[in-house]
Amino acid sequence: MIIGYRRDDGGTHPPLDSPGYRSTALRHPKRPLVPLPHGPTEVSAPLLGDGLVAPGDADLTRQHAGEPIGERIIVHGRLLDGDGRPVPDALIEVWQANSAGRYPHSADRHPAPLDPNFTGVGRCLTGADGGYRFVTVKPGAYPWRNHDNAWRPAHIHFSLFGRAFVQRLVTQMYFPGDPLFAQDPIFNAVPEAARPRLVSGFDLTETVPEWALAYRFDIVLRGRDATPMEEP
Amino acid sequence: MNLTPSQTVGPFFSHALPWPDGPHVVAPGTPGSFWLRGRVLDGAGEPVPDALVESWQAGPDGRFAEAARPGVFRGFGRCGTDADGRWAILTVRPGSVPDQQDRPQAPHIDLAVFARGLLDRVVTRVYLPEEADANAADLVLASVEPARRDTLVAVRTGDGYHFDITLQGDRETVFFSV
Repeated sequence: MIIGYRRDDGGTHPPLDSPGYRSTALRHPKRPLVPLPHGPTEVSAPLLGDGLVAPGDADLTRQHAGEPIGERIIVHGRLLDGDGRPVPDALIEVWQANSAGRYPHSADRHPAPLDPNFTGVGRCLTGADGGYRFVTVKPGAYPWRNHDNAWRPAHIHFSLFGRAFVQRLVTQMYFPGDPLFAQDPIFNAVPEAARPRLVSGFDLTETVPEWALAYRFDIVLRGRDATPMEEP
Repeated sequence: MNLTPSQTVGPFFSHALPWPDGPHVVAPGTPGSFWLRGRVLDGAGEPVPDALVESWQAGPDGRFAEAARPGVFRGFGRCGTDADGRWAILTVRPGSVPDQQDRPQAPHIDLAVFARGLLDRVVTRVYLPEEADANAADLVLASVEPARRDTLVAVRTGDGYHFDITLQGDRETVFFSV
């Protein structure tokens, strides 16, 4: 008997058709999605990590000869499922702009400096309690061309694997109190009640005195259906 | 608990997410391996050059990889699209797996597509053209309107199969809610 995963009630994820975010116009499917029952393919997932995560990958400030410019921060939290259970040994991938708001990517035309000491890519595996911890620098906001004078709020991209294909999640972590939230169509595409879940909390307790501030971001993946489907 | 919402993968992941051997669901040279290739296209028929395609499937024996080990059956593939929207994974034929009620399903590969402009991933399935009988009996395919089923069946090519993912339009691929 296969126990599936609870489906979103529509209150969590942004709709694929979100006109305020212009790139959705030609990229969102217009036909209704077809419900896919959860079989063995959907309730299993790769346990990634071997060969993909090297020691030091979780410290984005020590990947080059020198230290990157910017405000050094610790980003930490736990990976949980919808029932509050930790997800251990799970691959977390992060990527972000440098402190000036620039990615080392050929398509990024923002006239802000690249930092030779910052790639902005990190990986780690969660611990037994689902915990993770990265050291990085606070990313800068950057302009984009979605609308007049459009700026993305500072954010860190997160890629997450649970224990099931249907738990896979890619999201973005934001910083508390960002004045750019109000004009960002990517953040605001999320149902209003769920938006605070994308915002990290300032965490004084994890701050390292005279070294780095800390932000906490817990991530919750889908949980299992409470009861297995019974043959009628 | 309140679930964390999805956000777009954005345009700037190509230095972060693709791995050198990401497209290798199996090691090169694995007997029976083939390339599953395709394009990602938008509603104007233009290639999507900044998409990420991920695959997940059973092995030929119908079992799933418990731990992903490079050079062994990983079950999982990941490939970014190029300037022409092209992606490819090296894999093997999946075995048959049952559904929730223990009825057989036709062999299939699940695909997820991430891209700028996709606020959540979209999910589809690849079926194989040689499995006509199994495909005809497959309950997931049967749940799709007949005229659109062929968007889920790969086309045989010289070194494997071709499977285009059309995000929008007349030939829009069938996408699933999971």
